[in-house]
Amino acid sequence: MISKDQVAHVASLARLSFNDAELNQFTDQLDQIIEMEDELSQVDTTGVKPTTQITDEINVFREDVPVDDGISRDDLLKNVPETKDGLIKVPSIIDKGEADA
Amino acid sequence: MSYLEMDIETLHEQLVAGKISSSDLVESSLDAIEAHDSDLNAFVTVNDQKALAAAVALDKQGIDPDNKLAGIPIAYKDNIVTKGVRTTAGSHMLDNFEPVYDATVVEKLENSGMINLGKTNMDEFAMGSSTETSYFKPTRNPWDLDRVPGGSSGGSAAAVAAGEVIAALGSDTGGSIRQPAAYNGIFGIKPTYGRVSRWGLIAFGSSFDQIGVMTRRVKDSAYILSAISGHDEKDSTSSKQAAPDFTQFISQDIKGLRIAVPDEFFGEGIDEEVKTQVEKGLQQLEQLGAVIDHVQLPYTKYCVPAYYVLASSEASSNLQRFDGIRYGFRAEDVKNLDDVYVKSRSEGFGPEVKRRIMLGTFALSAGYYDAYFNKAAQVRTLIKQDFEKVLADHDLIIGPTSPDTAFKLGENISDPLKLYFKDVLTISANMAGVPAASVPAGFDSHGLPVGMQMIAKRFDEGSIFKAASAFEAATEYYKEQPTFKGGAH
Amino acid sequence: MNFETTIGLEVHVELKTKTKMFSPSPVTYGAESNTSTNVIDFGFPGVLPTVNHEAYRLGIMVALALHADVTKYTHFDRKNYFYPDNPKAYQITQSEQPLARNGWIEIEVDGKKKKIGIEELHVEEDAGKNTHGDDGYSYVDLNRQGTPLIEIVSKPDISSPDEAYAYLEQLRKTIQFTGASDVKMEEGSMRVDTNISIRPIGTDKLGVKAELKNLNSFNHVRLGLAFEEKRQSEILLAGGQVRPETRRFDEPSGETILMRVKEGSDDYRYFPEPDLPAFEVEDAWIKEIKDAIPEMPDKRRKRYIDQLGIPEYDAGVLTLTKEMSDFFQDTIEHDADPKLASNWLMGEVSAYLNANKLDLLETKLTPENLATMIKLIQDGTISSKIAKKVFQETIKNGTEPKTWVEEKGLVQESDPAVLTPIITGILDANEQSIIDFKNGKDRAVGFLVGQIMKQTHGQANPKVVNQILMGELNKR
Repeated sequence: MISKDQVAHVASLARLSFNDAELNQFTDQLDQIIEMEDELSQVDTTGVKPTTQITDEINVFREDVPVDDGISRDDLLKNVPETKDGLIKVPSIIDKGEADA
Repeated sequence: MSYLEMDIETLHEQLVAGKISSSDLVESSLDAIEAHDSDLNAFVTVNDQKALAAAVALDKQGIDPDNKLAGIPIAYKDNIVTKGVRTTAGSHMLDNFEPVYDATVVEKLENSGMINLGKTNMDEFAMGSSTETSYFKPTRNPWDLDRVPGGSSGGSAAAVAAGEVIAALGSDTGGSIRQPAAYNGIFGIKPTYGRVSRWGLIAFGSSFDQIGVMTRRVKDSAYILSAISGHDEKDSTSSKQAAPDFTQFISQDIKGLRIAVPDEFFGEGIDEEVKTQVEKGLQQLEQLGAVIDHVQLPYTKYCVPAYYVLASSEASSNLQRFDGIRYGFRAEDVKNLDDVYVKSRSEGFGPEVKRRIMLGTFALSAGYYDAYFNKAAQVRTLIKQDFEKVLADHDLIIGPTSPDTAFKLGENISDPLKLYFKDVLTISANMAGVPAASVPAGFDSHGLPVGMQMIAKRFDEGSIFKAASAFEAATEYYKEQPTFKGGAH
Repeated sequence: MNFETTIGLEVHVELKTKTKMFSPSPVTYGAESNTSTNVIDFGFPGVLPTVNHEAYRLGIMVALALHADVTKYTHFDRKNYFYPDNPKAYQITQSEQPLARNGWIEIEVDGKKKKIGIEELHVEEDAGKNTHGDDGYSYVDLNRQGTPLIEIVSKPDISSPDEAYAYLEQLRKTIQFTGASDVKMEEGSMRVDTNISIRPIGTDKLGVKAELKNLNSFNHVRLGLAFEEKRQSEILLAGGQVRPETRRFDEPSGETILMRVKEGSDDYRYFPEPDLPAFEVEDAWIKEIKDAIPEMPDKRRKRYIDQLGIPEYDAGVLTLTKEMSDFFQDTIEHDADPKLASNWLMGEVSAYLNANKLDLLETKLTPENLATMIKLIQDGTISSKIAKKVFQETIKNGTEPKTWVEEKGLVQESDPAVLTPIITGILDANEQSIIDFKNGKDRAVGFLVGQIMKQTHGQANPKVVNQILMGELNKR
């Protein structure tokens, strides 16, 4: 059983917010979905390697040569809601400690 | 001229002979859109002016007789980015988003002279099986306007089925090309993972997503898939294997073609009429010389849970970039950074997208990774091995594309789980990265199209084109035309 | 109660490449905001990363120089977090299978040598830059976004602020000698985070850690850690408990200041990056990189002492930077006497660099010119006094010493056939000095030499002059 608190915690990780009615509905639905997911525990996966990608390629590198794609800064900034002097403008940051590189 | 009676080869001959012009084709598309799209809502954006201008320029320049695709309009699913043409991914989040670069597939088709007619409707960020989760209202099925066209590439499927355009590109993460192709009675192919560059495809599940083609005729897809395939330096997961000219497989003899029919694809939950049609189709293939074998894919029942964990986990990360800062929707009345994030994302995403983000975030979060993400990734290995085993001594795996035919709008929208299980037959090909297509296989008693799925080995789309074209020639289901019945008329 | 200290260091170093880690946009410094960016750096919908071969190569080079084991099967992972300077809201890094593990470097503190272990090294992308305005907004520049970084995580082997300082010095020096990075704290190409805990001597369980951020120099690291040792022991001695905190070093007060208390651990939801194929690093490639690593400072130092006879202290100074050591190497390869070359580099050259606040490579001095000048001194062509003039000229203008000396007529006069008549002439004119000399007054010699030098405009070889003068004096 996933609790409302857990759902609220996951929502905060995902930067989503729900009102109380939505939270109840999401908790119900996620609970059903996760119950379905728990079927996976029936599978014996002892010693099975996980598959996290399905490409046949390996060791794919790019040479260290700059490429000019011809897209200007103005174009890159075209969709930005607010800019100033070529910078992206964002309402002030409340430091929650995610600033590490 | 109606696209419903045409194929690319005929259009090309007429273009070269000067009987029609590229501008005529664009006009025909625009006329068909004018006639049907207020019912269908297959397009989010019709690129009318730019398409016309491109056609006029091409007509002036003359149609290249060696280039079968030159001058022919095509539509793109709205999660394929098009420079200077609004690209929404079916979301409020990207309502006004104008990309500054072209997807590789767009660039390739533009180089072969195809004309971007517009962007087709889809489930929001390709999450859905009915095109009902689109921010831009649902698309309807041209065979019955009260029904869904399937999804998530429902707009592309409906546009092709209704003759608005001869071909459209879609994307397929768990069946998003094949299921709508089945629901609309057209051919739709998801190639091998890595066959087509994903550069410029707005990511949903990066290790599942593939761009593919949707057309009424099998050979038309072969032409277009040949044009968009191949390695792309911008997509490190794209294959370095050279892509063949897929049209060479059209009309090849299928005598001795080894077909595996998994028991699990005809089990519980599969509509009886769908089963009957597909079994009939298998008999036809047998008559054409194919050899049919019954096999087991025991991990099939775990496809849905494993897929929803993995694809949602990838999606939860892929969709974090939609944060209201560099592009896309930013909520109003934001006082600080956290407001920008939370309000923009909460107002910008619809409920299905939020559900998947929540599921994916949960599956990756501390304390749950091993039980969910890693477990599902292990199950994926077993599913893949299932397929490899069967395909080691078979050319194709065949079964229904979807457990049922097109359902009514609103019928399943409030029950996410029920909808998820509709992908049960298509997901496995994405799990294993193998190519798969849906081929028209007749109609049920409501006159709704049934799709037959063909799955092949990695990089063996050729076997699919062989079998699908032979089947098409034997059955000629493409000659049936949609009725546009029902709806608000 | 006595305590022992455990210090961990996480060092980020920018790798010197032309393009970014996962995008082909150029790496630049001081470019106009958001101009060294592309659609990938902006995290536009539909973009995909590609791995910079050179960055990975340099990463392996650093790992090998730090004696680490390069991971054969590896892949990238995503670290998920929201921040305006992090456009995808995930950083592509290596978590599950880092580039290399189990390295070490040797440090020396108070004459005692100690091996410090390196837990792991991984390559990743840097974030952009966020500037906080005082207008309630912040401003994002993505030029730095995607710059290749290598992160080096130490094992908990460091037990004092001085050891931490020595570790950083040695780390910086080693990486600098590989040429993989500029490793300059002041330019941000090297960044240090550290954590410290203390526990009563003899106990097994590590104490609660405090993390220190915003450290701008190695010295700040040392001072900050020393302050923390004191602060934490005072808390424990007073019967209190250290909280898990993030603190910053405040330069004016020399103290650390609380930034925030950490509640639980951050949940970055790491998972394998599906957009990038995995790697199987081939042994042949590792060998190729190993062979390309320049000789490390400790080896050079030993060689200078053992083979070139350079004093230990001087050998240490010569191997402080790769620039200096390479310059020295080149100079002796141009046939300069090693000891003289070492003296010049440590003396005049260093003084000039200090006085003008320049780096060696910013001057016009070349190893070839320095070697030529040293040879001119050795074969008596110029005096060491003239040499100082020559040095100023060649370091400022890059002038070739031999030609210049000849053109300016600065060649020393050593020919007895030329000097003898001059010397006898001066003796003839200074009878009194000869008498003084005979009476044992040594000062007379000095006077006579002065006269000779005056007449030869300082170009007479003093050694030769002395010989002839003494001979002539004894004849009279």
